[in-house]
Amino acid sequence: MASRIVMSKLSPTMEEGRVLKWVKQEGESVDSGDVVVEIETDKATMEVEAMGSGVLRKVLVEENATVPTGTLLGVIAAEDEDISSILQEAAPAAAATTAPATESGARAALPDQPASPARAGDGGRIKASPLARRMASQSGIRLDQVRGSGPGGRIIKRDIEAAMGAGLAAPTAAPATPAPEIEYDIPYQRVELSQLRKAIARNLVQSLGPIPHFFLTREIDMGEVLKLRAELNDALLESGVRIGVNDILVKTAAQALTEHPDVNAAFAGDHIRRFTRVDIGIAVAVPDGLITPVLRDVAHMRLREISEASREMIARARDRKLAPEEYQGATFTISNLGMYGVDEFTAVINPPAATILAVGATQERPVVVDGAVEIRPRMRVTLSCDHRAVDGAMGAEFLATFAAMLENPLRQLL
Amino acid sequence: MALITYRDALNQALREEMRRDPDIFLIGEEVGAYQGAYKVSRGLLEEFGEWRVRDMPIAELGFTGLGVGAAMVGLRPIVEYMTWSFALLAIDGIVNAAAKLRYMSGGQFKMPITFRGPSGAANQLAATHSQALEAWYAHVPGLKVVAPATARDAKGLLKSAIRDENPVVFLEGELLYGMKAEVPEDEDFTLPLGVSDVKRPGDDVTIVVHSRPVHSALRATEILEREDGISAELIDPRTLRPMDIDTILDSVRRTNRCVIVEEGWPFCGIGAQIVDDIQREAFDYLDAPVARVTGADAPHPYAGNLEQLHFPQAEYIVKAARRVCYRE
Repeated sequence: MASRIVMSKLSPTMEEGRVLKWVKQEGESVDSGDVVVEIETDKATMEVEAMGSGVLRKVLVEENATVPTGTLLGVIAAEDEDISSILQEAAPAAAATTAPATESGARAALPDQPASPARAGDGGRIKASPLARRMASQSGIRLDQVRGSGPGGRIIKRDIEAAMGAGLAAPTAAPATPAPEIEYDIPYQRVELSQLRKAIARNLVQSLGPIPHFFLTREIDMGEVLKLRAELNDALLESGVRIGVNDILVKTAAQALTEHPDVNAAFAGDHIRRFTRVDIGIAVAVPDGLITPVLRDVAHMRLREISEASREMIARARDRKLAPEEYQGATFTISNLGMYGVDEFTAVINPPAATILAVGATQERPVVVDGAVEIRPRMRVTLSCDHRAVDGAMGAEFLATFAAMLENPLRQLL
Repeated sequence: MALITYRDALNQALREEMRRDPDIFLIGEEVGAYQGAYKVSRGLLEEFGEWRVRDMPIAELGFTGLGVGAAMVGLRPIVEYMTWSFALLAIDGIVNAAAKLRYMSGGQFKMPITFRGPSGAANQLAATHSQALEAWYAHVPGLKVVAPATARDAKGLLKSAIRDENPVVFLEGELLYGMKAEVPEDEDFTLPLGVSDVKRPGDDVTIVVHSRPVHSALRATEILEREDGISAELIDPRTLRPMDIDTILDSVRRTNRCVIVEEGWPFCGIGAQIVDDIQREAFDYLDAPVARVTGADAPHPYAGNLEQLHFPQAEYIVKAARRVCYRE
């Protein structure tokens, strides 16, 4: 009596498993209870025991291959037993469960081989539904980058949709660097994508790398901020704490983001994450690059706390002593090149955020105030936005609030 | 509107049309004195008399020829067969005469004739009395083929069939005769031939089905909705030739998946034709091979339990829909 070795569902969430090691080899004799194969699930490594005695007649799934639960891995049977009918079960379950003579269509079309990645089997040909092929070519997705979830590893509509979400859609996306699924431990509210939003995301992603950027620049009068900073630092003279302009920018950005939660967001494939906490990254130049220590929950920090925390983190950043969780996962980033005399610039978005603010130098500039030319301290900022999540007007409204708060700092007390 | 049976809806259609046009007459086995083998012609002999409601001998080819000849000289015959399985004896009259004469006479003869009667299985009528042969007739250029599933469709389509200037094969169902539906009482109510009916709108899979399995398919859509959250669109072509394929294609382009159901045999069936249209016209929209659910590819068993397994039941349709949705 032949017995089957199957990729069993070992936990409620298990959908696939990996064959780690065949303990018994094809042709080797096996006693009931012997460990035949080791498999790896999403949680653990398990040993699979033989349910019957005989010879391991057939190994159907190679080591290191990952297959869906229910897939036939191998067959144990007597040496001369006919196992051809069992081997036919290795064809997708769909065919096996077809009622005789009542459903004729799909059966003939199903590939006669075990479920496996789309390119396995017949000479590397990729199996994909006609719809999936069309969607892939329209969105610039390479089918060999997509794992098929249909029978026999066929790539189907849902696989392409998932690939679009994962950012594989850019024609330039290199195989080695697919955008990872966003998994940061920041509380958020899920916003479902409208058809329009999906279309915007699909179209724009093909224009400028995986994240379609656009930029909004605004000049802000810094007179009130400079005055406020001087007064605060006078008051703090004895404590040794010194408030910097950057601290005020961080605090103000957090306040403005709280008022514009749609900018404190990320595009996550099939939905938009509107973060319900403001975590601000501060871009810090280090000898061989750039690092962004992240201040968490800035909206609830006092200016003095921001100043102390950022000073401490920036110092550790320069000494390369930040842990990964301290420089990853900002919902908004501020990059300030003002100290280098840069008037204005554009910054590249730092995922998962949908925005980054590039801050230029505060410089004395002639400005028309009430019909007369005045010399005022002015600062130019440029907001880079991920157009999949943030539209022009949304970004502009955020900038308007940000500017108004800086030009009238008392407004932040409201 | 009135809630009436499929049988009475057909009776109304016959009565209203015969009142409207004195050239219409009904012939067939037991249509007169016995009031119809399935009582579809009940009361017609009394109302219209024996010149217009005429019992025929058990000679299907003979009275089919009589009908074809009458249509050639300007009358509008309705020929009833006790079942379409018996009409196999008359198929020369239908295919070689009725379907050809307009063409072969260069349009000199019109052929306003309706052939009607129950098609498909009833309960345990065995292999020679249970067949669903619509694919045979739909194969023939020159014929129109209609297969209504509800009382409303039966009335509206029979009236249109009788008024049509071409031969129409009208397939009823013994198991449908007792089914009730709301039917308009208006004498001018007709439904056009060649127009399908979306019996249930949906987004995830298109189910195309005609005649009696429409009711199994409706049950299947409820199961799919309840157990799987699959929203199935149910399209009843109603007329099998000429078929309203555009409605089916539009739906498949939207749902990307299709299941075609019929009571007849799978090989060269109605569904095979629809699959051909879909793969040609909607290839780039398919996310799964089109599935078919048909009668078993075998003669109809007499045993009741086997007969039930033979037909496209709701559970088979559910299974096929899950498969094309990759939800197995």
